[in-house]
Amino acid sequence: MVQSHTKYMTMGEGGSAAAFAGLAILSIVIAAKAYTPEYAFHAYLFAAASVAAILAILNRFFERIDEPVPLLTIDGKPNYNMGPVKLGTLLAVFWGIAGFAVGLWLALELAFPALNFDLSFISFGRLRPLHTSAVIFAFGGNVLIATSFYVVQRTCRARLVGDLAPWFVVLGFNFFIVIAGTGYLLGITQSKEYAEPEWYSDLWLTVVWVVYLLVYLGTIMRRTEPHIYVANWFYLAFILTIAVLHLGNNAAVPVSLFSPKSYVVWSGVQDAMVQWWYGHNAVGFFLTAGFLGIMYYFIPKRAERPIYSYRLSIIHFWSLIFLYIWAGPHHLHYTALPDWTQTLGMTFSVMLWMPSWGGMINGLMTLSGAWDKLRTDPVLRMMVLSVAFYGMATFEGPVMSVKEVNSLSHYTDWTIGHVHSGALGWVGFVSFGAIYCLVPWLWNRPLYSLKLVGWHFWIATVGIVVYITSMWVSGILQGLMWRAYTNLGFLEYSFIETVEAMHPFYVIRAIGGLLFLVGALIMAFNVWRTILPRKELATAIGLAAAE
Amino acid sequence: MSINTSLWQRHGLLERNSILLLIGILIVIAIGGLVEVVPLFYLRSTIETAEGVRPYTPLELAGRNIYVREGCYLCHSQMIRALRDEVERYGHYSLAAESMYDHPFQWGSKRTGPDLARVGGKYSDDWHRDHLLDPRSVVPGSVMPGYPWLFSTDLDFSHIAEDMKVQALLGVPYSEEMLADALADARTQATTDAPGGAALMRRYPKAQVRSFGGNASRITEADALIAYLQMLGTLVDFKLYNDKANVR
Repeated sequence: MVQSHTKYMTMGEGGSAAAFAGLAILSIVIAAKAYTPEYAFHAYLFAAASVAAILAILNRFFERIDEPVPLLTIDGKPNYNMGPVKLGTLLAVFWGIAGFAVGLWLALELAFPALNFDLSFISFGRLRPLHTSAVIFAFGGNVLIATSFYVVQRTCRARLVGDLAPWFVVLGFNFFIVIAGTGYLLGITQSKEYAEPEWYSDLWLTVVWVVYLLVYLGTIMRRTEPHIYVANWFYLAFILTIAVLHLGNNAAVPVSLFSPKSYVVWSGVQDAMVQWWYGHNAVGFFLTAGFLGIMYYFIPKRAERPIYSYRLSIIHFWSLIFLYIWAGPHHLHYTALPDWTQTLGMTFSVMLWMPSWGGMINGLMTLSGAWDKLRTDPVLRMMVLSVAFYGMATFEGPVMSVKEVNSLSHYTDWTIGHVHSGALGWVGFVSFGAIYCLVPWLWNRPLYSLKLVGWHFWIATVGIVVYITSMWVSGILQGLMWRAYTNLGFLEYSFIETVEAMHPFYVIRAIGGLLFLVGALIMAFNVWRTILPRKELATAIGLAAAE
Repeated sequence: MSINTSLWQRHGLLERNSILLLIGILIVIAIGGLVEVVPLFYLRSTIETAEGVRPYTPLELAGRNIYVREGCYLCHSQMIRALRDEVERYGHYSLAAESMYDHPFQWGSKRTGPDLARVGGKYSDDWHRDHLLDPRSVVPGSVMPGYPWLFSTDLDFSHIAEDMKVQALLGVPYSEEMLADALADARTQATTDAPGGAALMRRYPKAQVRSFGGNASRITEADALIAYLQMLGTLVDFKLYNDKANVR
């Protein structure tokens, strides 16, 4: 086809390509002078990804015919940008399975330590951050990015802002995951829990996150609806607060541009406080506020009922984000953190019970008049159970934040069990529910099998129950053994006796984790078959063979 | 119109203006963090006065970095809580002063293994070597992984002075002399009966000088890690420490 006029590169295309070219050159210089081979490897990954990004931009430029600016509306209807949403959804399924599988392996390492095989890169201390980052940030993060991009477009009736920017958010975030994950295996970590990546990964994530905020906020500003829907308040609070937490907790000075190592500017007791201000609000804003955004959109949509109470949403939102930020010190009870800070943290953690249950009630009561759907729709059942788990975990949390309870529970598996009732029950199930909704909506075809969703629901639920009950028993047992005294006033058990007592529960926990993983594999199969039904699959294979 | 309805209506302003909503969120989430974090930097009672706490020697710092790299903090706390059973099991409860030069802190959050805040001097170097090579050879019920690679990898401390300079920049009291002698100090501390030992111990009181990893011909990562483990909790002399003077 003959072009009628000269084709121009947009500012976005040209600027991005130039920025990636600069990053590629910088990365190669760093790779050449890196202090450690692990860091050089990461620098090469940055260089390769930058070159790939440039090629992708150029390829798109040569492929396209005219101006790249996509139409905001077609025939008066918003021209939604669902490509990045689709990619994020599929990546969430992939990372979920990876993260659950690593978790299962870790559970088995604790039960059977020979499975560490004396190999550095799979030893427990290096794999554990891989598990937590894979499930929280890779699985959870992709779910949040995908659903937030979907929800903000639908509820604002506007196309996502930016041409390349939404793709950069999804791809850039997943590149961060790759750098972080490979880094842990190679021993690159700053040891701050749930913020382990080193300074250069943190800088990269900062860039990605700022673009994410701009795309999200820009789309809200472009809305054709007068009001900003409640789900967007939660997503916005999640994006904004995570940015603040990330910058505060990761403030660090690198040893050199050529060293992967940095030292955080805070030290000792202040560093502990900053870390758990971050750590608990990674729970509060990443794993709670963000996923409440999902609850506020997907449950009403799936149940075809409006949110139970608009006023409760307002109270829920502001009280939740105000109270959560105070809760960090409950991770530091009876430590060298001053008592006044501990007491403040405990007080606000207990108060946090109220908005949490307010939110749960708002979610559950949305089903008023539609409870019968729980019998017929396993996807809705999954999301409703997730809200129930949310209620359970947010009751258990305040209980554990009380100093007397914490003196028993802290440092034990009870904490691990508590985290997993929130992570598997609440975050996991509400995410699975959202994925089961999104895939048919995005690819515009019915879900392959609702029956398989039912199987996923029951297998994973049994898995969660097995997991958290085994951790309750092991955690409380170990806490009691540590403080047990003989009649003569001596400590009754040596530490290693309390470790040996954990073995059966570690085995049972691994079985629970296995069931949860099996459920996720069923979901992956279901998603795969929905997107590529057998007929199309056969055609695709046939075509490939014919060529 | 009651006050209540007008409040709900006023919320409509935030629902129609994304920038106001953004600013509102920022203010609401800032309060708790500011109140809890900022005073810790200026209230003098936050960190006790305790004799003996000093910056890590270059070898100890290198060992600490290996401790961080291997994720030891994921199973071992370094924070003895002020509870009867903990004090009897592990020793005096941890002071904030003891970790005041720790960038980052290593208090931990889980005890799959025991607390290590005062593990220094509790076991011999030989025990640590056997334990790191094959934990179940000395503790049959242990679930700890083995770390044989620490014994076969030479310690890379060529850049340790740069690490210390960054720490100095962040407020750790490393003197010019300490920075200038960092490389030599690392080598000295890992060598039994090294000639520079006395000078090192003047710069870093209570530093222990010997071949920790058991192989005198080379300095491995195990030397550094064991040097770090053997100094944990040994700096403050609790026979002299007056906890009444530091009631907070």
